[in-house]
Amino acid sequence: MSTIKTLTVALFASAATLLMAGAASAEKIVISNWDGYMPKDLPEKFKAETGIDVEVAVHATNEEIMGKVVASNGQGYDVLFVSSPFAEALNKLGIAAKLDHSKIPNLANLYPEAAQLQHDPGNTFSVPYAWGTTGLCYRSDLVKAEPTSWNDLLKPTDDLKGKMTMLATDRWLMVPAFLAGGMSVNTVDSAKLAEVKDVLIEAKKNLLAYDDTTFYQKLVSGEAVLVEAWDGWCNYGIAENDKIKYVVPKEGSDLWVDTMVVVESSPNKEAAHKFIDYVLNADTGKWVVENIMYKTPNKAGMDAVDPAMLTQYPNMAIAPADLLKFEQLRDLGDGMKDFSKTVTEIVSSK
Amino acid sequence: MMTPGLLWLGVLMVVPCLLIFVMAFYERGIYGGIDWDAFTFDNFKRAVEPLYLGIFFDSARVAGLSTLLALIIGYPAAYAIVKAPARWQTALLFLAILPFWTNYLIRTYAWIVLLNPAGLINGALKSIGLITEPLPILYNEFAVIVGLVYNYVPFVILAIYSALQRLDPSYAEASRDLGAGAIATFARITLPLTAPGVAAGAVFVFVLSIGNFITPDLLGGGKFLMAGNLIYDQFLTARDWPFGASLSLILIALMLLLLFAQALATARARGERGTAHA
Repeated sequence: MSTIKTLTVALFASAATLLMAGAASAEKIVISNWDGYMPKDLPEKFKAETGIDVEVAVHATNEEIMGKVVASNGQGYDVLFVSSPFAEALNKLGIAAKLDHSKIPNLANLYPEAAQLQHDPGNTFSVPYAWGTTGLCYRSDLVKAEPTSWNDLLKPTDDLKGKMTMLATDRWLMVPAFLAGGMSVNTVDSAKLAEVKDVLIEAKKNLLAYDDTTFYQKLVSGEAVLVEAWDGWCNYGIAENDKIKYVVPKEGSDLWVDTMVVVESSPNKEAAHKFIDYVLNADTGKWVVENIMYKTPNKAGMDAVDPAMLTQYPNMAIAPADLLKFEQLRDLGDGMKDFSKTVTEIVSSK
Repeated sequence: MMTPGLLWLGVLMVVPCLLIFVMAFYERGIYGGIDWDAFTFDNFKRAVEPLYLGIFFDSARVAGLSTLLALIIGYPAAYAIVKAPARWQTALLFLAILPFWTNYLIRTYAWIVLLNPAGLINGALKSIGLITEPLPILYNEFAVIVGLVYNYVPFVILAIYSALQRLDPSYAEASRDLGAGAIATFARITLPLTAPGVAAGAVFVFVLSIGNFITPDLLGGGKFLMAGNLIYDQFLTARDWPFGASLSLILIALMLLLLFAQALATARARGERGTAHA
């Protein structure tokens, strides 16, 4: 079997090498990020300051970049932007490098809470870039009563039926039922999964759609009046219609964290650390809040933001200490198979 | 001799298919990736569990329905184009394929604009007083079928057009001369002789539909899983490549079977025609 493994790895590696053949010998790093998730001129400014070239690759989803780096053991990339459960998997796979804090002085810009994340206490292999909650986003002018509980979504009153959406990504599709049932958002126990499955199959009957990308537009157009949403995305809706509001239900939320990771096989770790240090400056943090409308663990960045923004988008004012009370999604490891099957059963149910 | 064409096929088609084939017999690693030490048939055992078989059957039903509708729309359209004056035919064919100049996603989003509860169709029906509540015509199976038929009808038109065009008009004339009416001539001469074109168009629509995942995702509102979505989810959401690979192999086998049946039908039709000429 090892022949097959060697062959396959060789194939992927040679493909990666081919892709990298164009790289010049001058100091240069390749990063992969979500499209539009950092300032467009950041690579340029970084080069002006350090002389290091940055090539920006984009990925549409965590899973996409995971597919690429797991197959090639990370070759071809120096810095990756991924959500925390994926950073955790990269660490366990040995693809994420141990970070040298002495080379990232701007870590001092972060809130102390940013070093207390459940997936990586002390930021040993990942540095948080943005964070936030998952909750209910709704049209306060079109709902009869303001939602306060995940059950308002899962067991809706008649006026809400057919006018709600839930997130389509498997992990967040399950979150509302886990929280409503008082369970961990990382549950893989089969009896509990079965319980949650029944709740979500019932809930599906009242949904307009599962939607990860356009739910806030559906609120703006009035197609939907109550949706499960990431706080930052709800802000996009609030920006277009101030009748749109966001609430973290009484049962709580998950804490999602998008992070930066240095690739262990990178030949440019020094430059990669410099890049992360540069991203942690106050300007970039401020840019994230103003343009992506996410909260950032970067205290210097948050402090630089116009306070009017926190009034217009109240969820931006959630204190880091409050965020830390919520459980983070973790890599499910061996439990992923049962978890995925449950999601398939829910989504394919009639 | 390795021609560029063969190299292309080899690198971009045969090698990836082999990778998929090999992968299907291993385990998902605990954190994604593949555990190459565990040779197993488990992925195939999982693939035939009722849950996944049900999704395959459901996709086949939706793809079949889409195929039927595409034929019902495509055949008359192709027939009309063949019967149109020769100088118009190119222009008409051009119109049939014109939608392909726009990106698939944009065309699909256009249907969302048309079908959504606050969209053009519901808006128009509401304003003329035919309905008071918006019709539920988006984010369900109906919308998925509309999207599939719309996107694949041009293939059917082209396939049937080429079959109709190659048809020697003297067969139909002979049938008329021997006293058959228009309907009988169509049913007993034209349709059987263009069957290979119909089969080619049908297989095309069916194969493309059953593997489609964008249309069910966007027009089905993610509430509806087709085989394509299931495979996509295994590779990109569950990061269970081996299981995704085994599902892909089953889908590929299904498609090959259909293509083989179609090739067989075409060969037989050719054979019959050959004897007719002799």
